[in-house]
Amino acid sequence: MNDTAGVVFLLLWMLVVIGLPIAFIITGRIREKNHFEDIARREAIHRNFPVIDLSLLPAGMTASRSTLVTGQVVIASDYLKNFFAQYRQIFGGEMKSYQTMMQRAKAEARLRMIEDARKLDAVAVINVRFETSQIGQARGKSAAMSEVLCYGTAVMP
Amino acid sequence: MIVVNTETIPGHRIIALKGLVQGNTIRAKHLGRDIGAGLKNLVGGELTAYTELLTESRRQAMERMMAQAQQLGANAILNVRFTTSSVAAGAAELYAYGTAVTVEPVT
Repeated sequence: MNDTAGVVFLLLWMLVVIGLPIAFIITGRIREKNHFEDIARREAIHRNFPVIDLSLLPAGMTASRSTLVTGQVVIASDYLKNFFAQYRQIFGGEMKSYQTMMQRAKAEARLRMIEDARKLDAVAVINVRFETSQIGQARGKSAAMSEVLCYGTAVMP
Repeated sequence: MIVVNTETIPGHRIIALKGLVQGNTIRAKHLGRDIGAGLKNLVGGELTAYTELLTESRRQAMERMMAQAQQLGANAILNVRFTTSSVAAGAAELYAYGTAVTVEPVT
């Protein structure tokens, strides 16, 4: 009787310690994959919309109105990425997990800015700037959080 | 009020320079949102609550900047820049600055 209870408890304990982290990894991966697909789909829509970081209008374009447009996103890594990143820091090298995280954030911020501009019937976004800042190392060893802001001047004919 | 981050405004001419204007705000994290963010840290990804919080705060910083420009009698702000920095654990400063000018449309 006592043995079965012990075995059940051990199995449950293993499920929590091993199963949950695996479930989180899988969920995180699926969400990341879906997000990249969503980014690719939205980027295809705006492929022909000029977005440049020069402060001049694209050749042959005239504009009479202009306004600031912004796109921003706060993104977090997860505890497991942090855990693996700690080991990566021993040997150095590229940190893939953080790289994809920032790539997602920058693409998302830029797309939000473009969609903002499109809503205003803009013909282009000029002088685009990116700004990244770490906004919280919340508590102890918890996950890193970064804010990405993308802004530029939308010009209207 | 025309707000742009370029040094000129298409279709407009600068007629008077009014000087640097700025606006800032420091926001603390909300406990409820922080718990949600803590849970989100398990799988990673976007923290929508924080995105909204910072969007709202940045708008406030911009409004303060625009109010200052209005006080100077300007009708446009050029070359706007944004910075974000964490001043203490759980508090972020959002700062917006630019050059206030008076412009008129080119006829």
